[in-house]
Amino acid sequence: MTTHPERIAVTRRKPGVGSRIAASFGYALGLPMLLLVIWGLVATRSTSRFFPDPLTIFEAFVDTWVGPAFVEDVLPSLYRLGLGITASIVIGIAAGTVIGLLQWLRELLEPLLEFFRAIPPPVLIPVVMLLLGITDTMKVVVIVSGAIWPILLNTIEGVRATDSVMKETADSFQITWWERLWFLVLPAASPRIMAGVRQGLSVALILMVISEMFASSAGLGYRIAYFQRNYLIAEMWSGILLLGLVGVFLAVVFGLVERRVLRWYHGIREVNRV
Amino acid sequence: MRVLSTRRLRALRKALLGVVGLAGFLVVWQLIPTLGLINSQYLPYVTDVAARLFEESLDLAFWRRLGSTMTSWAIGLAVATFAAVVLGTIVGLVPFLRRATHTMVEFLRPIPSVALIPLAVLMFGIQMQAALVIIIYASFWQVFVQVIYGVADVDAVARDTARSFGLTRREQLTHLVLPTALPYLMTGLRLAAAVALILAITAEMVIGNPGLGRMIELSRSAGDSVGLYAFVVVTGLLGLAVNLVFRFVERRTLSWHQSVRGEEAR
Repeated sequence: MTTHPERIAVTRRKPGVGSRIAASFGYALGLPMLLLVIWGLVATRSTSRFFPDPLTIFEAFVDTWVGPAFVEDVLPSLYRLGLGITASIVIGIAAGTVIGLLQWLRELLEPLLEFFRAIPPPVLIPVVMLLLGITDTMKVVVIVSGAIWPILLNTIEGVRATDSVMKETADSFQITWWERLWFLVLPAASPRIMAGVRQGLSVALILMVISEMFASSAGLGYRIAYFQRNYLIAEMWSGILLLGLVGVFLAVVFGLVERRVLRWYHGIREVNRV
Repeated sequence: MRVLSTRRLRALRKALLGVVGLAGFLVVWQLIPTLGLINSQYLPYVTDVAARLFEESLDLAFWRRLGSTMTSWAIGLAVATFAAVVLGTIVGLVPFLRRATHTMVEFLRPIPSVALIPLAVLMFGIQMQAALVIIIYASFWQVFVQVIYGVADVDAVARDTARSFGLTRREQLTHLVLPTALPYLMTGLRLAAAVALILAITAEMVIGNPGLGRMIELSRSAGDSVGLYAFVVVTGLLGLAVNLVFRFVERRTLSWHQSVRGEEAR
């Protein structure tokens, strides 16, 4: 009688630390490696000039981007991108909180904001160019003018959709306005806000590239377009690779920040799941 | 009866405030060049832009351009959504695949699809296919990632309940996985529709295949600021229409879901 539950509770022996690390490495790198090998094989067999093999691209990557090009083209692009993203997040969350909390303001601005969000951001490049000329400020303004909308609208939505039970609880505990903002409204909105920031990041990166393809004589976007026009295929691929790396870098940083900000939220979900 | 009338009153107030906001914006826009804050060469009068919009709407060539933009949008979105739903469901349901593809997805997804524009131009030239490559690449990930999340998000209690009630795999898919994943799928679809439009127009601006984006670029290089603003407004209206349609579809399909019901109870 007493031995029965014990026998069921016996778990399988966990695999050793070494093999677990090996397994996660295998999972993480297996498919990419496989695809790279396939690409290499196909590239050497096929006659298409547009798909050079990975080694050529890697060589071109080192030749093109390691050196002065990094300082001249990559760093200024990243600087503008960072500036644009920071401004979008700060303005978006601040304005979004105010608009989300005031019902009349929300109703006043809603159709306008919907319209501005709906404008495909790259069409703002010619407009901003017309207003500000071809300057660095213009590129940052372009990034902000596109990336701010998802952040702003998600903040508004998140602030507005605070759980009604929690709101009533907060009311009956009579907490102050600031406490309410800090402990209830912003945390409750933070999953939405982070979702908005995630969208904003990808829009910002798109706008960085496009604004440079359009109106620039330096920068990542300009370089890639230049390589394509001059049929420097491997160099062009290396540029695409670099943009991909920038995107991955942004996603990793965002992931770290999100995990920290939404620790409580993921915690709740984890508990529910177990 | 009284509840209904207050609700109607509130809706009226909301619509009225919205109109006031819109009118205020247009007046400010008209005043800025009138007062000379910005030269009307750079920011034309609203009235001029409106007149131009009306003029364009009578022109058949305008509608043809709009049509070609929307065609590449629709094809791109449909292909991307179909591929993403099929692959996303498979990958999301099989833990092995989810782990194996994780790095690949995390690397490919953040690549801005505009980075592929040069490649697309090389492969297809100034044609709709080049635009389609970019549209599909961008909108695929929006749906794919949402579907994976959605399929994996099945509530543990619900899953155990379904299992102890002895639901078959097929029943679990329709009664458990689909309702869980549907809100995610609709979100993904709405995002993908917007992204596809953005890239359809971007591609026309940069690549130069016929459509609204190309008209924007042509107006810019011709220094036709009235035309430029008019086309920007058109793209905004187009984006608005896409958002509204997809949000309507989302609300209809998710009318049972908390996120929609909670809103209506207010």
